[in-house]
Amino acid sequence: MEPSKISIVVVSGSLERLQMAAMVASVGAVSGNDVRVFLSMNALAYFVKGSDAAPPAEGAFGELMAGKKVPGFRSLIENAVELGDAKVYPCSMAMDVMAIESSALPSYFGPPLGLTKFLDDARDTQVFTF
Amino acid sequence: MAEKKVIDARGSFCPGPLMELIGWIKLADIGDELELLSSDKGSAEDVPEWVKKVGHEYLGSREEAGVWHIMVKKTK
Repeated sequence: MEPSKISIVVVSGSLERLQMAAMVASVGAVSGNDVRVFLSMNALAYFVKGSDAAPPAEGAFGELMAGKKVPGFRSLIENAVELGDAKVYPCSMAMDVMAIESSALPSYFGPPLGLTKFLDDARDTQVFTF
Repeated sequence: MAEKKVIDARGSFCPGPLMELIGWIKLADIGDELELLSSDKGSAEDVPEWVKKVGHEYLGSREEAGVWHIMVKKTK
């Protein structure tokens, strides 16, 4: 079976959505798919270096998950890159609005990306939005 | 000489056990066998699927007292 190309857009800052996005990215990448993750809006702030803030749960499941030994979304995204060669890009617009420099983001992130380039790269891929 | 490594991922939820297995597979030599211990039922079903998909050898699973022992051989 041909590997799929998977594009993941993450804009939410809720625990459940960040977690599911990270799960799709990590499992997708380690299964041989070409995975690209685009982090923007409320999601991006949770990846700024030194930020270990826990995102708020959206509902009961998020609250339940917080008390369990579930792998964290940050480490799953890192797994996606290190174990599955996923590419993670911060949204250049979100970086401008929040005044975030590239140096403030993890070293495994790719360069800031604009929507035009992301959409071009996402053509003919499976797109997941969280 | 091929080695056997036991990976204890008990207590971790999906996809934690799979990620632990993959991390160790990367370090293993071809021919090495790995035994993953997982208490997560979803992983017990998901990990063999991953092993078959990426082309390693799935040697089988067994459950003992709520812990799944999933055996894998690195083939590439």
